Amino acid sequence: MTASPNLMSNILTILIFLPLAGAFVLFFLPKENGRAIKHFTLLVTLVEFVLSVPVLLNFDGATAAMQFTQKVPWIPQFGIGYNVGVDGISLWLLMLTTFIMPIAILSTYAAVEKHVKEFMIFMLLLEVGMVGVFLAIDLFLFYIFWELVLIPMYFLIGVWGGERRIYAAVKFFIYTFVGSVLMLVAILALYFYNYKVTGVYTTELSALYNLNIPVKMQFWMFLAFGLAFAFKVPMFPFHTWLPDAHVEAPTAGSVILAAVLLKMGTYGFLRLAMPLFPVATFDLMPFVTGLAVIGIIYGALVAMVQKDIKKLVAYSSVSHLGFVMLGLFALNLQGIEGGILQMINHGISTGALFLGVGIIYERSHTRQISDFGGIAKIVPLFTLTFMLVTFSSIGLPGLNGFVGEFLIMLGAFKTSPIAVVFAASGVIFAAVYMLWMCQRVLFGKLTNAHKLHLTDMNFREIAYMAPLVLFIFWIGVYPDPFLRKMDATVNAYVQQIHAKHQSALAASPAGETLLARYFDVRK
Amino acid sequence: MVSALSNIHEYLWLILAFPLAGVVLNGIIALVAERPLLLPADGHGHDDHGGHGDAHGGHHETPAYRKLVAFIAPGMIFAAFVVAVLSVLQLTRMPAEARTVVQTLFPWIQAGGLSVSVALQLDPLSSVMILVVTGVGFLIHVYSVGYMSHEPAFARFFFYLNLFMFSMLTLVLGSSYLLMFVGWEGVGLCSYLLIGFWYEKDSASTAGKKAFVVNRVGDFGFLLAMFLVFWNFGTLNYTDVMAKIPSLQHSGILTTGLATAITLLMFVGATGKSAQIPLYVWLPDAMEGPTPVSALIHAATMVTAGVYMVARSNALFMLAPFTMGTVAVIGAATAIFAASMGICQKDIKRVLAYSTVSQLGYMFLACGVGAFGAGIFHLMTHAFFKALLFLGSGSVIHAMSGEQDMMKMGSLRKHTPITFWTMFIGTLAIAGIPGLAGFFSKDEILWRAFSSDHGSPFLWAVAAVAAGTTAFYMFRLIFLTFFGASRMDKEVEKHVHESPFSMTIPLMVLAALSICGGWLGIPAALGGSNYFEKWLEPIFEGGHKAAEAATEAIGHGAMAHHDPMEFILMGASVAVALFGIAIAYYLYMVRPEKPAKIAEGNPNLYRLVYNKYFVDELYEWLIIRRIVDWSIWLWQMFDVQFIDAIVNGVAKTVRSAGDETRKIQTGVVGNYAFSILLGAVFIVGYLIWR
Repeated sequence: MTASPNLMSNILTILIFLPLAGAFVLFFLPKENGRAIKHFTLLVTLVEFVLSVPVLLNFDGATAAMQFTQKVPWIPQFGIGYNVGVDGISLWLLMLTTFIMPIAILSTYAAVEKHVKEFMIFMLLLEVGMVGVFLAIDLFLFYIFWELVLIPMYFLIGVWGGERRIYAAVKFFIYTFVGSVLMLVAILALYFYNYKVTGVYTTELSALYNLNIPVKMQFWMFLAFGLAFAFKVPMFPFHTWLPDAHVEAPTAGSVILAAVLLKMGTYGFLRLAMPLFPVATFDLMPFVTGLAVIGIIYGALVAMVQKDIKKLVAYSSVSHLGFVMLGLFALNLQGIEGGILQMINHGISTGALFLGVGIIYERSHTRQISDFGGIAKIVPLFTLTFMLVTFSSIGLPGLNGFVGEFLIMLGAFKTSPIAVVFAASGVIFAAVYMLWMCQRVLFGKLTNAHKLHLTDMNFREIAYMAPLVLFIFWIGVYPDPFLRKMDATVNAYVQQIHAKHQSALAASPAGETLLARYFDVRK
Repeated sequence: MVSALSNIHEYLWLILAFPLAGVVLNGIIALVAERPLLLPADGHGHDDHGGHGDAHGGHHETPAYRKLVAFIAPGMIFAAFVVAVLSVLQLTRMPAEARTVVQTLFPWIQAGGLSVSVALQLDPLSSVMILVVTGVGFLIHVYSVGYMSHEPAFARFFFYLNLFMFSMLTLVLGSSYLLMFVGWEGVGLCSYLLIGFWYEKDSASTAGKKAFVVNRVGDFGFLLAMFLVFWNFGTLNYTDVMAKIPSLQHSGILTTGLATAITLLMFVGATGKSAQIPLYVWLPDAMEGPTPVSALIHAATMVTAGVYMVARSNALFMLAPFTMGTVAVIGAATAIFAASMGICQKDIKRVLAYSTVSQLGYMFLACGVGAFGAGIFHLMTHAFFKALLFLGSGSVIHAMSGEQDMMKMGSLRKHTPITFWTMFIGTLAIAGIPGLAGFFSKDEILWRAFSSDHGSPFLWAVAAVAAGTTAFYMFRLIFLTFFGASRMDKEVEKHVHESPFSMTIPLMVLAALSICGGWLGIPAALGGSNYFEKWLEPIFEGGHKAAEAATEAIGHGAMAHHDPMEFILMGASVAVALFGIAIAYYLYMVRPEKPAKIAEGNPNLYRLVYNKYFVDELYEWLIIRRIVDWSIWLWQMFDVQFIDAIVNGVAKTVRSAGDETRKIQTGVVGNYAFSILLGAVFIVGYLIWR
C-alpha cells in the first residue's frame, strides 16, 4: 500500500472530520432532491471507508503502542488536548464503523422519505461521534465524542421512529444522560486527583494510566464509569431502553445502534474503566461476570417469548453483549480477544438481522411474527440470507459468531468456570429463540401472502447484504488476520492490568476482605 | 521409487474438497436455475400449490440443470470415496505403529496458548469412518437421484446432502476436538435443514428445530469438555492430548475425577448426537425428512458420531471407571427401551428409527465395557444393514405412493421382489443370524458385555433380551409389509411397482455388504483372525495402557477369548433371536388377528408403549412449558412492571418539573451541554468540599 506519508500522518483526523465536512456540505444542499442527498451521503461514507482501509493495511500488528497518533494542544490551560490514535483494540471497531455506515445509508434508500436531508446530516454526525470515540486517547475528547453520539441518535429515534418513538427516545435519553453525568463526575474527580498527585492538569489517557489511584477511590470511580458504560452496553438490569429504542428506531438507526453504539459501552470498559481502575476491576469481576451471565440467559429467555421480530433481535443483543462482557472480564488473552472479535461479530450479524427485518417490514409494514409464516416460498433469496445470518448469530462453527463465543467461553472458563457453565446454556437458548422465530416467519404454510406484498430482495438489498455475508464466512473460516492485529495490544494490556493490580495490592494485608478494603468494615 | 500413489496422503484434503465443490456447484444451480422455477406464478404466492406444475415434470424431458445435479452430487462423493480408498490402502502398507498421518492445511483459531489448525488426521479409526461415510454416502446419493426425481427442489436437496457429507467428513477427519465440533455442529445444521426439507409441513419444520435444539443440549456438554481439556492439557489436538496423558497422570493433574468430568461431559454430547437416553427424543421425529436422509444421516453416519467420539477418546474414558459404567448402563438401557418402543409402531420408518436408537445403544454398551473396537465394528455393519433397511423402506414408500403405515400394506413381496429380498437380508443381519454382518458385531458386543472387566452378566442379559426384541419387531415389519393379505388401498395397489435401478442397485450392493461386511471381524473363537480388531488396535492400546497405569490391574478381557462360555453365549443369543422371530411369525403370520386382541386386552400398557411412554409429553410439560411461562413472567413482571416502572417514574418526575425538561428536549446543544456540566460541577464541588 503506497499512501502518501502526509495523508497517513493525518489519516485519523481526516477520518473523524470527513463526515462532519460531509454534513456541512449537506446543510447547503437543497432539501427537495432526496435522491441526490442520499447519493451524496453514501459517497461520503464510502470515501470514509476507503480512507480507513490504509489504516488497517498499514497498521503494525507487532506493537502494542498507539499508532497514527496525532497530538494538538487544544485547551492548554486545562491540559486538554486533541489526542488521537489507534491500537489493536480500537482498530477493528473503527473498521466496523466505517464499514457499516455505507450499508446503513443504502438501507435507507426506500425507507426514509421525510426530512431526508436532516436524517442524513444526523447520520453523518453520528459517524463523527462514533469514529471519534474509538480514536480519542484523551479523556475529555472521548467524552465530547461520547456525548456527540447521543444527540443524533435521540433525534433519529424521536423523529423518524415508529408510533411510540417519543417514549423510546426519552427513555434512551434518560438512561444515557444519567450515565453521562456519572461519567463526567468521575472524569472531573480523576482530573483533580491527577492534579493533586502530579501537579499537572491533563486529560491525556497515557498519563492517567500511570496513576496509582487509591483502592477506595478506584471503587467509586469504577462504579461511575462502569454504570455509564453498563447503560450503554446495555448490561442487565439496565437494558430496558434497548428493546424500545430498537423497535421504534428506523432500520438504519437500529443497525447503527446495534452494530456500533452498544460497542461504545464495552469499548469504554476496555479503554477506560478496566485499565484505569485495575484493583476495582479485579475485585468487582465476580459481580460484573455475574451480571453478564444473567444478561446472557435473561436476554435469551425474554427474546424467546417476544411477538415482535425486532424486539426479539433487541433482546438477543442483550444476550450477546453479555457474552462480550464475560470475555472482557475474563481478563486473559483469549477472553479479551474473543470479546473484541465478538463485538465485531455482533455488529455484523445483528446489523444484518435488523437489515433483514427492515427488508420485510418495508414491504409488509408489520413486524409481528404471527403475521408471517411460510414466506420462504415467495422470498427464497431472503430466506437463505436470513437463515445464514441466523446461524451466524447463534454461533454455528464455520461462521463468525462461533470463533468469538468460543474464545470468550474458553477464556472465561479459566477465571470463572461456573459462569461459563451457565453462559453455555445461553448457547442452547439462542438456538431456541432464533430457530423458533425463523420457523414461524419463514416456514410452514403460506397463509397471509396477499396482505404481506412480499417480493424477494432487490439488487440494492443484495448489494448491502453481500459484504456482511462475506465477513460472516471470512471471520468464521479464517479469523487469523483479525486476531493477529490484536495480539500485541491485548497481550500488553493483559500483562499491564495484572501487574498494576499486583503492585497496587502489594501494600494490602493478605486475605483482606472487600468490605475491609473499600468500606473499612473489619471483623 | 516415487509413484503418484506413494504420496496420496498429501491429497487427503481432496476428501473434503470434492463434497465442498459439490456444495458450491449445487448451491449455485439451486439459486440460479431452480429458484425461479419454484416461485409462485404471480409473485405473491397466494397459490401455495406452486410446486405442482413441476411435480408432473416426470412426464416431460428432465431439465438440463437436474441432469447436471444428478451427475455432480453423486460424482463428487464418488471422487471422495476413491481418494479415501487409495489413502486407506496406502495406510495399510505402513507399519502398524506409524499409521497416523496428519495433514495441516491452514491455521484456524490461535490466541495465546490456544492453537488450532484446520488439519486432517488419517489413522485406523478415521479410515474406517471415511470409508463408511463416503461409501454408504455414495450409494445413498445414487439412490436419492431416483427417489427424489419427482421433487421440485431437486438441486436444493443435493446442495444440503453434499453439505452434510462435507460436515461429516470434517467431523471424522479433523485432527482436534475443535474441528470435530465444527463437523459435529455442521452435521446438526444439515440434519436440521434436511429434516425440515419440506418446510411447508409444520411437523417437518418443528422436527428439524427439535433435532437442532436437542443436539445443542448435548453440544453444551461437548463445549465444556473441550474447555476442561484445553486448560489441563494445553491443547485440543488428539495426538497431543493422547501423548500428554502419561505425564499428566504422573504429575497428578489428570486425576480420576478430572477424567470423569471430561468424559461425562463428552458423553452428554454423545447422547445428543447419537440419540441416547435422555436425549433420544429427536430421532423418531427426524423421520419427517426424506427417506434417503433418514438412511444417510439418521442411521448410517451422523448418529454414530457420538460412538466415534467416545472411541476417539478411549484413553480418557478408560481412566474414568464411573463414566465407563454410565456409558454401558445408558447404552444397555437405551437398547432395550428403544427396542420396546419399536414393537407397536405402525409407521415403517418409525420402527426403523427406534431400531436405530436401540442399535446405537449397543455401540455405547460396547464402548462402556471397554470394547471400543467392537463398538466401531458394529457401527460399520449397522451402517450397511440399517442404510439398506431404510432405503428399502423408502422403496416400499415409493411403491406405495407415499404410504408409510404398515397396517395398509401387506403382500408387497410379489410386487417388489428386489426390495423384499434385499430388505429380508438386512433383517436377517440385524436380527443376528449367524454368518451375516450383524451377527459378528453384535455377538462380539454381547460377549464382551459379559466377559470384560467392565461387563457383567446383567448387562449381557439386558442386551440379549433387546436382541430378541429386535428380531421380533424387524420380522413383524417384514411380515406386515411383504406377507399376508393385501391391506392396500385399491387405488394405491394399482400403481404399486418396483423401484428403478438407480434405487435397487444401491439396495443390492448394501445387501451384499450386509452379508460380507462382518467377515472382516470373525472372532478367533470361530477360527477367524478378527482383522478388524487388529486394524484398530493401535488406537485402543493407549487406553488400555493408561488404565493399567492408573489401576495397576493386570490382564484384561481379551485374554479370556477362548473361554467355552463364548460358544454357550453365542448359542444363547442365536436362540433368543430365533425365539423373537418365532413369536413374530406366530403373531403376524399364523394368527394375524392376535396382536389387536393383545392390545385390547392390555389397553393401558398398549397406550403407554404406543405413545412412547409419554416421554415427549413429559419433557414438554416439565421443561419447555415451565421455561416459556417463566420467561413470559420475567419479561412482563421484571422488565415491564419493575425496571421500566422505575425508569418511567424518573421520567415523569423530570417531566413534571416542567421548563427544565422542555429545555432538554429542545435539542439545543448548548443548553444541553451546559446543564450536564452544571450538574456535574455541582456534584463534584459537593464531593470535594465535603
